[in-house]
This record gives sequence, C-alpha cells and structure tokens, in this order.
Amino acid sequence: MKRFVVYMMMLIVLNLLAGIVYAEEKTITAEEVQRHADFVWTLVAAFLVFFMQAGFAMVEAGFTRAKNAVNIIMKNLMDMSMGALAFWAVGFGIMFGVSKTGWFGTTGFFLSDFARDGDPWTLAFWMFQVVFCATAATIVSGAMAERTKFVAYLFYSAVISGLIYPVFGSWAWGSLYKGSGWLEGLGFIDFAGSTVVHSVGGWAALAGAIVLGPRIGKYVDGKARAIPGHNITLGALGVFILWFGWYGFNPGSTTAANTDIAMIAVNTTLAAAAGAVGAMFMSWIMFKKPDATMTLNGVLAGLVGITAGCANVLPASAVLIGLIAGTLVVVSVIFIDQVLKVDDPVGAVSVHGVCGAWGTLAAGLFNAEGVTLKIVGVQLLGIAACFLWVFPTAFLLFKLIKATVGLRISREEELEGLDMGEHGIEAYPDFQIHPEAKSVRV
Amino acid sequence: MKKIEAIIKPYKLDEVKTALTEMGIQGMTVTEVKGFGRQKGHVEVYRGAEYEVQFLPKVKIEVVVPEDMATSVIEKIIVTANTGSIGDGKIFVVPVEESYRIRTGETGRDAL
Repeated sequence: MKRFVVYMMMLIVLNLLAGIVYAEEKTITAEEVQRHADFVWTLVAAFLVFFMQAGFAMVEAGFTRAKNAVNIIMKNLMDMSMGALAFWAVGFGIMFGVSKTGWFGTTGFFLSDFARDGDPWTLAFWMFQVVFCATAATIVSGAMAERTKFVAYLFYSAVISGLIYPVFGSWAWGSLYKGSGWLEGLGFIDFAGSTVVHSVGGWAALAGAIVLGPRIGKYVDGKARAIPGHNITLGALGVFILWFGWYGFNPGSTTAANTDIAMIAVNTTLAAAAGAVGAMFMSWIMFKKPDATMTLNGVLAGLVGITAGCANVLPASAVLIGLIAGTLVVVSVIFIDQVLKVDDPVGAVSVHGVCGAWGTLAAGLFNAEGVTLKIVGVQLLGIAACFLWVFPTAFLLFKLIKATVGLRISREEELEGLDMGEHGIEAYPDFQIHPEAKSVRV
Repeated sequence: MKKIEAIIKPYKLDEVKTALTEMGIQGMTVTEVKGFGRQKGHVEVYRGAEYEVQFLPKVKIEVVVPEDMATSVIEKIIVTANTGSIGDGKIFVVPVEESYRIRTGETGRDAL
C-alpha cells in the first residue's frame, strides 16, 4: 500500500513536470530566445569595452613619469564618469535621436526614450554606446599627460562626450537607433569605429597637445628628448587589457548574438598580432633595438586599424591591415615627435588618429565584396569630415579653456609633479627614487 | 678603526657580501645609489628619441673594520667586485673615531 502511494505521487510529479515543459515550449519562440541572446551578448560586450578604461589608465600611467600617475588615474576615472553623465544628458540624443537634417539628432535626451515598462533595448543599446563614447574621450588624456590642469580636463571631458563625439557619431551611426546620418547614407563603412571612436579621440588629442605645448625638457635646442615612462610592466598590462576589451569592441558591434562574431574576432586577433610584429621590426630597423613601448603601440595600432573593417574584410586582409598599421604607427610617432614637434607622451595621436584613418581607408580598399572608386571615395570623405569637424572644434574648445580657467599648470607644479600639485598625494609615497635623475635636463 | 665605502656594480653585491662574511666581517650597511664616473653615463633610445642615462645605478657597501683588517678587506673587495670593464666602481677609506653598540653600550672593537 505504501509503495502504491509512492508510485502514484511520482506519476503526479512527472505529469506536472511534463506539463510545465510543454507549456514553456508553447510560449517561448525562437525569436524570443534570439532576442535574449542579443541582449546578453551586447551587454557582455559593453562590459568588456568598459574594462578598456582600465587598459587606457594603465598604458598612460606606465608610459609617463611616477610623479604624475595619480593625475593620470584621476583623468581616466573622470572622463568615464563625467562622460557617462554628459552622454546620458545630451550626447545620446544628439547621436541617436531623430535627425531631420542628417547632421545631429534632437530627441532622446536624458534617456527619455525609455519610460517605465518601455523597451529595454533602449537601455542595452545606450549601455553599449556609452562605453564607446568613453573610449573616444579617454584617448585624449594620454596626449595631454603631465602638464594639463585637472579642472580644464574636466571641462573637456564633458564637451567631447556631450557634443564633439556624438555629432560625428550621428553622421555615421545614427540609424543604428532612431537617427539617420548623411555619411552613412552615402555608404560609409565604419563597423566598430576606427573613425567614429578612434580618429575622433586622436584628432582631439592632437588639438589638445598643440594648444598645450610640449612638456618642460621635451625639446632642448629644438631637438626632441625622450622622457621615459616609469613603469613599462604596467603599460604592457594596459595593452593586454585593451586587446582583451577589443573582443567586446569589435565582435560586440554586431549588437546581436550571431555567427558573424567569429570572423570579427579572428580579424581582430590577426590585426593586433600583425600590428605588434610590424611595429617591432620597424622599431628594430630604425633604432637598432626592438622598442617595447613602440611594439605595445603596434598592438593598439593593429586593433584600431581593423576596427572599421573587421566585419567586411577577410582574415588575410586583416593581417595586411594590421601589419601596415604597426609599421605606420612607428613612423607617425617619430614624425609627430621630431618633425611636427608636438609632444604626445603615449603616441595617442598616431595610434588612434592616424591608424584610425588608415583603418577606415582599409575597410574600403579590402572590402571582401569588391572595391569601387565610390567606396574608397566615401571612406576618404568620412576620414576628412571627421578631421574637419573634430580638430577645429577641439582646438577652439582648448583655446577657450585656456582663456578662461587655464589649460596648463605652473612651471613649478609641472617640475614637482601633478600628483602633489593637483591632488595632494603621490602614487608611490614609499618609494625613494625620482626617475628624473636619469633623464631630463631642465 | 676604518670605514670602507665600496661603490660596486649591483649584481656583484652577493659575491662581495659572501666573501666578506667568510673573512669574519660581522655586519655591513648597503644602500642603492646612483652616480657617474669618468664615462659620464650613456645614451639610450626610447620611442625613437635619445636620452642620457646620466646616473647609473650602483650599490654602496659601508663596513667598519679594525685597523689591522682594513687592507685585507679592501683587497678582497677589489678582487671580488672586479669585472675588468668600465664601471666596476670605487673604494674610499675613512678613519672612524669611535663606535657604539646601542643595545649594550659596548664601544670600540667590541661594538663592531
């Protein structure tokens, strides 16, 4: 009798379970599963891109002197934080709001597209876009390192995230949401942002470094002097973090869980590797030794170079794109440093501005579905439009900051280090050495 | 008593320390220092631009010994720290007036 009751109970339970499974099969559709997968992939990718902030912070801190490390960290933290708020308030609406003219959006400020019980895709998409915006903003920090007033940098952070980045973004990417840009209408290819993100950051960095002027001791009698970074290990960790984060940056730009991400990931890897190889050999030939920081720049150059074309070129092309980017970045760093005499301590202008432009051109030249003069023409137009929008506006912005709150710290503070002057604390208070002793004559 | 200050290549420290303790030296003070000699540092290239390494890293050993041991300690350091190449370092000898062991108050030779 007891046994019979147990059997009966088991049968009931099994029936119930079967009922549940059957019921679920009826309500969950393939589309719904896909939708959930899209959410998960897009958000995981956004989190990977967010981690690139740590990468930038480490690269910039490592490639500069110990006395300015706290300031670098604060700038990287605050361009993300100020930038996120500015992008939420204004930037997202300009970039992805309804655009009547094709030049900027005018709706969706303060995330007003999302109401209670609204479509959560607005949030997932915003999340993915805000970390891209922060990437563009943080590029500038390295080029302006070791001599910029902190308060000036805060102003800059708000303006690039709220205005400069979103306006160009609306031209190229607006239709990913509610906008429609004139540039994308022409067929401009920039899958993950060689131009939209990296060149925007790179050209703003160029403007900032020019308006600021070089660090004390950088140019002696017109000759460029090296000011070695204080922690190459930290810089290398930063580059590895960036490379890792790029697997969110490029494959995540599908904003969909689909099979395209495989080739995008392979292209990203190959271009980064080829960039490192290209830069290493180029620096070896030019300076007799394989320069570590140049090779690390080469990785980033390859990554920036493949960002535009990662979804529309074949893996063999990705190798070539990366190799050229890696070679280009070394030549460009030397050119900007020694010919233009613009002091860019971490090579941000070369990595992001120059290689971003190269990557955008390459996305047209190596287009797997064939290349036409029109495709290349539109790519060149996009590259030029980016420079012509970003450089003058950023230049004006920095001039404006210079005339109001001031852009550059005092000579004494620069020599002493921004950590004490701007923030009242040293990054390494228990260390005795000051690396200046071995490098710069003032 | 004499104080022997030896400025040597950092990687020679272990060898010198071992050689001196084998001779019966009870203690020493070691400092990481930087400096230059007749060669005046050297030039390196970083990101394509030259920079002078004006002060090279060295280790300074300070050891105080009784008068009669000084010569043999100096000779030992010269033999051990020698590589034959530029930058092997220098030794300076200074007379010491008095020494004290803080814990016990012993002085002179007993305090070494």
